[in-house]
Amino acid sequence: MNELPLLSALVAVPLIGAVVVASMKREHAAAARWTALGFAGAVAVITAVVALGFDYADDAPWLQFTESYTWIGAWDLNLSWGIDGIALLLVALTAGLTPIAMLAAWRDLDAVQRSVPTFFALVLALQAAMLATFLASNVLLFYFFFEAMLVPMYFLIGSYGTGPKKQYAAVKFFLYSLLGGLLMLVAVIALWVNNGGVFDWATLVESEPLAAGTLQNWLFLGFFVAFAIKAPFFPFHTWLPDAGGAAPAAVAALLVGVMDKIGTFAILRYCLPLFPDATKTFAPWVIGMSVIGVIYAAFVAIGQTDLKRLVAYTSIAHFGFIGLGIFAFTQASATGAVLYMFNHGLATGLLFIVVGFLTLRRGSAQIKDYGGAAKTLPLLAGIFLFAGLASLSLPGTAPFISEFLVLFGAFTENEPVAVVAALGIILAAAYVLWMYQRTMQGDRNPELDEVPAMKRDLTLREKALVAPLVVAILGFGFYPQPLIDAIEPAVDHTLGFVADEPADLPMGVSNE
Amino acid sequence: MSESTALTIDWAGLAPLVIVFVAAFVGLLVEATVPKARRLPVQVALAVGALAGAFVAVVLNADKSGPVFSLGGTGIGSVIVDGPGLFLQGTIAILSIVAVLLLAERRTVRGGDFVAEAAVVADSAADVEQRREDGATEIFPLTLFAVTGMMMFVTSGDLLTMFVALEMLSLPLYLLCGLAKRRRLISQEAALKYFLLGAFASAFYVYGMAMLYGFAGTVDLAGINAAGVSSGQPRMFLYIGVAMIAVALLFKAAAVPFHMWTPDVYTGAPTPVTALMAGCVKVAAFGGLLRVFNVGLSSSAWDWHLILTVIAVATMIGGAIFAVTQRNIKRLLAYSSIANAGYLLIGVIALGDAVGQTMFYLAAYGFTVIAAFAVVSLVRDGDEEATHLARWAGLGKKSPGTAVVFTILMLALAGLPFTSGFTAKFSLFAAALQADELGLVIVGVVSSAILAFPYLRVVVLLWLNEPAPDAPTVNLPSPMAGTVVAAGVAATLLLGVAPGFLLDIVDQASTFLNT
Repeated sequence: MNELPLLSALVAVPLIGAVVVASMKREHAAAARWTALGFAGAVAVITAVVALGFDYADDAPWLQFTESYTWIGAWDLNLSWGIDGIALLLVALTAGLTPIAMLAAWRDLDAVQRSVPTFFALVLALQAAMLATFLASNVLLFYFFFEAMLVPMYFLIGSYGTGPKKQYAAVKFFLYSLLGGLLMLVAVIALWVNNGGVFDWATLVESEPLAAGTLQNWLFLGFFVAFAIKAPFFPFHTWLPDAGGAAPAAVAALLVGVMDKIGTFAILRYCLPLFPDATKTFAPWVIGMSVIGVIYAAFVAIGQTDLKRLVAYTSIAHFGFIGLGIFAFTQASATGAVLYMFNHGLATGLLFIVVGFLTLRRGSAQIKDYGGAAKTLPLLAGIFLFAGLASLSLPGTAPFISEFLVLFGAFTENEPVAVVAALGIILAAAYVLWMYQRTMQGDRNPELDEVPAMKRDLTLREKALVAPLVVAILGFGFYPQPLIDAIEPAVDHTLGFVADEPADLPMGVSNE
Repeated sequence: MSESTALTIDWAGLAPLVIVFVAAFVGLLVEATVPKARRLPVQVALAVGALAGAFVAVVLNADKSGPVFSLGGTGIGSVIVDGPGLFLQGTIAILSIVAVLLLAERRTVRGGDFVAEAAVVADSAADVEQRREDGATEIFPLTLFAVTGMMMFVTSGDLLTMFVALEMLSLPLYLLCGLAKRRRLISQEAALKYFLLGAFASAFYVYGMAMLYGFAGTVDLAGINAAGVSSGQPRMFLYIGVAMIAVALLFKAAAVPFHMWTPDVYTGAPTPVTALMAGCVKVAAFGGLLRVFNVGLSSSAWDWHLILTVIAVATMIGGAIFAVTQRNIKRLLAYSSIANAGYLLIGVIALGDAVGQTMFYLAAYGFTVIAAFAVVSLVRDGDEEATHLARWAGLGKKSPGTAVVFTILMLALAGLPFTSGFTAKFSLFAAALQADELGLVIVGVVSSAILAFPYLRVVVLLWLNEPAPDAPTVNLPSPMAGTVVAAGVAATLLLGVAPGFLLDIVDQASTFLNT
């Protein structure tokens, strides 16, 4: 269909960018920033070309823009790329959020003696690995990047993070993910041994699935635990508050906004089609975990004293909704879950970035160090409130649609679960609004007046980088149809492996 | 009729051994004849040339398969040329070249890291005197003798030849361990410990060989295998013999519980010698294990499968857990090499299905570990190596290049994708799963996850900690050690990104000649 190897370019461009930027001298910080931004911009342009060329029709092929180049023939490991609607959304999210995160971290390193080129090179390397996991259509190729992405993120947290626990957080993140990854490796190898040496995803999906039973269950668990750690689902979540709290705010936006989606994306892409029977067997357990996660993480979030850790906990609650949406196996809930991944990236990404603005000014992420800050920072406070409201899924913002779809779909399947999960919405209002009240409103913390930076409202750069996110959250809040059009065919394909009967979308959102 | 009893020798098949062996003797003559100032370049050139020649001879033998000696047309199984033997010989030759270059490094320590006489009382007047002199060049012929032993070890077709090879590779190593110029006492302790335990292992070997001879009536591996099915002797002889032989071989391979010597010897020996042991001797030891179990004992697999599985599990878990508590980089690498011995044992247990993958793992691991020890030899506190991990803090700030290299090596040992550590583990575990060794693979994976922690702690130290004001210096440029590091890292990345060519080679070379 398309002659140009666009998907290869999506992986190669940031990778080349990482090498170029890494080789720049430490003194040339400005040049490194602009070069990195240039490469990230190129990725965004390529993504736009892919999105425009993508066939959104219901009967379009599942994977599009497919390419394949032999790498290690003996293992059926090929550089195979392909994109479906779900991946397209997440690729767009990655391509959009990365330059914004770069701009958000533009001046973060001025105060500390750290190499600017290395930082931006790591961000580009991370972007390349994340894009590759979304685009890979070969199980082992996916695994390569799934593991490799730990390295840049590890250094971004451990070397460029903040707070006394950054090393601890970086090592914890790495070991948790590595353990999950290694268990997945066993499952990957076992899958390969049992299907006669095939790693190509399309071939696997088209061929007869493994017989239901013990083997399939174990393989499912091998994959699922790795993805549940990555996402993270309760009770595999304990690394995220540490990592999110220690990472620089812009990196945390990428970590929670994009990287964690790889876990939920991979559940849809690999667990459901490859292990349909096991997925159904374990679905009640996963739904139980998800609902506990929604409620538990929301309560813990309310009790947090650190802004970044608080936002990290809200994400765990949101991932509970995504898990619920996927494993309810209705078209509405699964569509909602995918939409949730995208919208959550926008809303939480924005929230982390705004928190980053605050902590850079104040030099602290502790809630008690703020109070009445809105008086001198009206615009920043407004954006902060907006991001918080989007994060609690206020109607009119994009996350509302997705949360509604998830709960609607789950309700048709399992009423009590949906009702309990709906409590999460109320709790979300509690933690978001209380966080806003304690930092921005009420009696002004007198210490704030001694910090000159706390009187400087949003700069032009900061306005420019939050604007697209605000526009996207509002825009997709009122008109989510393009996103749903992209998602639906892929969701239909995926659910075809597990659903007993097709469920209908609620009126007004269905594809007309 | 006299034709039929004549001994015929396939000289081409023997050539790799002969070349290195003769070069070792020439090296001894060089010591006696060439003036001291010119010995080093002559010895290095001789050693590298001989090893390269041996490698070429191996390559030329590539299609060969058969016994080297035959009597009247019937092969004698003492030295066998076959796929695995040739591949392992080639691997040993290449890794030895790298190790020899590290032995030849004279920049990091003035005059080299070695003294001439191991047995002089440490810190006596004579010892102080010999430490002042330029490093000894006897190490090169000694290394060549050891390499001859290794190459013979992996091609021995009977237990007797294998024993000769075992002694030939061990004796020079005992001596080499005691030659460190710094920390003489620890070096001597290492040599003595290695020698005593090694002597015990040899005794076990000979005793086991006697038992197997009693059982099978032959020391020929293929004959023992046949006897495993047909012999009328009590099977107890077989059990005792297998156990004894296995003890000796597992000692050399550093498997738990025969690993006790490893951390002390790795730490006490001069670092280039440690690199030689961790890289080349490991290849030889596992080459021997592969041959003995595949050719000699595959028919009695049921008898030893359980006990070897227990040892593999203990080695993987034990090595990884002990590695977590180490504060000394050489001891850390020693325990990591023990854990890796455990992974390799999976390949031995999986028998024929995993021979090629085990050999691939050996080659990949050899390059990585030699490069790692080469880096260790470069990071120095004044005269001595800064082996305590705390001293490595903040190396990324002071010497980013070295730190990047060491980080890559650590990530490779941890088995991250795009490094040889991943491809090696993947292919080995896949082969083991094909042989229905799921339990061992899971233990291997858990062990890898535990082992990632100490590696990661090194990376944390390198990059995320502030350097001490008197932090160690990285001795650059060190042309020889630099070359070694570059070669090791290049191989680590090459085998991680494009392992196809080597996978093809081991695939073709994975069948033992079974007669």
